[in-house]
Amino acid sequence: MDSRLILLLSLVASGVAALCSGWLDPYYYDVCISIGINIILAVSLNLVNGYTGQFSLGHAGFMAVGAYTSASITNALAVKFTGMPIGAAEVVFVLALFLGGLAAAIAGLAVGIPSLRLRGDYLAIVTLGFGEIIRVLILNMDFLGAARGLSVTWHNTNFFWTFGLASFAVYVVYNLVHSTYGRGFVTVRDDEIAAEAVGINTTKYKVIAFATAAFFAGLAGGLYAHYKQYLTPEGFNFFKSVDIVVMVILGGMGSTAGVVAAAIILTLLPELLRMLSHLPWIPEPVQPWLENRLILYSLLLIILMLTRPQGLFGNVEFLRKFMAARRAGK
Amino acid sequence: MDITQFIQQLVNGLSLGAIYALIALGYTMVYGVLRFINFAHGDIYMLGAFFGLGLAPRMQRIFPGSHSIPGALAILIASMLLCAAIGVLIERLVYRPLRDRPRLTVLITAIGVSLFIQNVTQLLCGADPKAFPELIPVRAIEGLGDLTVLTSQATVILVTLILLFGLHFIVQKTKLGMAMRALSLNPTACLLVGVNNNTVISFTFALGSALAAAAGILVALDSPSIEPMMGNVPGIKAFVAAVLGGIGNIPGAALGGLIIGVTETLVVGYVSPAFRDAIAFAILILILLFKPDGLLGKSEREKV
Repeated sequence: MDSRLILLLSLVASGVAALCSGWLDPYYYDVCISIGINIILAVSLNLVNGYTGQFSLGHAGFMAVGAYTSASITNALAVKFTGMPIGAAEVVFVLALFLGGLAAAIAGLAVGIPSLRLRGDYLAIVTLGFGEIIRVLILNMDFLGAARGLSVTWHNTNFFWTFGLASFAVYVVYNLVHSTYGRGFVTVRDDEIAAEAVGINTTKYKVIAFATAAFFAGLAGGLYAHYKQYLTPEGFNFFKSVDIVVMVILGGMGSTAGVVAAAIILTLLPELLRMLSHLPWIPEPVQPWLENRLILYSLLLIILMLTRPQGLFGNVEFLRKFMAARRAGK
Repeated sequence: MDITQFIQQLVNGLSLGAIYALIALGYTMVYGVLRFINFAHGDIYMLGAFFGLGLAPRMQRIFPGSHSIPGALAILIASMLLCAAIGVLIERLVYRPLRDRPRLTVLITAIGVSLFIQNVTQLLCGADPKAFPELIPVRAIEGLGDLTVLTSQATVILVTLILLFGLHFIVQKTKLGMAMRALSLNPTACLLVGVNNNTVISFTFALGSALAAAAGILVALDSPSIEPMMGNVPGIKAFVAAVLGGIGNIPGAALGGLIIGVTETLVVGYVSPAFRDAIAFAILILILLFKPDGLLGKSEREKV
């Protein structure tokens, strides 16, 4: 089965899901949208952290760039499009999302180019720094609402756009790293010096990885903006970046299927624990421990690193195995 | 430019820089012996302040009377000891099993440890800022003309100097200090000549954590409001200070801390307070681009 067919099927599935979503309880609807947005974020960060081996801690910053850019565009056009047919607004919405993604990609280039000579933990700190600088800049921009936050007029994010773009992100990242050209990413991860020695332009690969990941983070940010309809710089702080990193690590750095699974698990887990913590037989002092997502994440990180650093799914590519089996059977 | 105002900013910057310098020493020492960034170091600094808060009423019973110097000293030392123990414990339980793993694995674990300490403290003590008791009488020192130097600022600078000289003595004159320096040069050779590397690494963590705890208490003298997330930003700025001075280099970390502190105060005073937290990152990016080995660092060739 061709991966393009899978993409098409998932697009149709997201369309059907969007048509049926009216029946869903608003709480479950909210969780589902979060899952979709988190899949985009985790899969795109996996391109940098997992496949290219460049540890980035500033993904929330790129998300912020995309969210604020696309929200500013739709906010500016909101008045003009009030009387327009539904289709026109949708086109503008998608354009705004992509422009947000582009703005984030440019920010990604800005991070990628100067950070090229860094590796490992230095790069992590610099990307953390860039993420924080983006947040501080937004805090000081009055036209973006600064600390007051920015209201977003449009509410166009639905199941189709969220899961459609999530499928698109999975498709692009998966095919990129499994193409002849894209194996360069993995080469950079496995041994940068050796990659350089056999003539791979490691610099170019790192920049492309950063920009592509930032582009998708920007898309996710745009979806988030047009779903929550309210943005604050605090929503894109270091802890948001850590959330995404935990998804990549739990799924297994370098496994798209694993990261998608981890994004779903880690979005559901805090909700499940919140429900659990209110069960009558759970003693009151234990409740806040169960509800605290960050304690859970931090323990998860420590235990994973001590016992299973390759993540839950390691380097196993379910999709790839499945497709190879199909091809062999043909 | 008004010269008195400039000197005033310089004094404020020095007392802030002293705090960064104390935290930076922990980063640089751990990096020197283990070659990894201990992300949880900023949280040890936070714990230092919280231990001080918890110990203050108990110490006041032992040393009665408000603002007694022995009482304040006892709080400082007890908090340093407690943090040293916690630093050693973290190394023993978490970092030691990971010693031969890739550096990225250790970094991720350290982020986990940092989040864990912060959130457990938040659950146990509450997320709201706490008022730190006034351990020494805070007032302006008289006889300096237009210059305002608070007793707390003077204490911060004085205590930092004493601790720096103490550290210098330990690293340069004692056997454990010599072992630390040897370990940072070549761990395998250390093992061959009979150094117990584990002891030396534990000792390094103890020293670094104790200095961070002192920084936590000192910062609470000057700005008496502490909360569980207070370690994040100073931790990162101190890390930048360590990189600025040349990571792994002890005098470099102290110098870097002072430079970061003074630069930050000057930018806040003369440009805009809005960019306070972005300055350190800007310095970090510039340093890594133009002089990645830091001001006092020696360059290391990467071996294939």
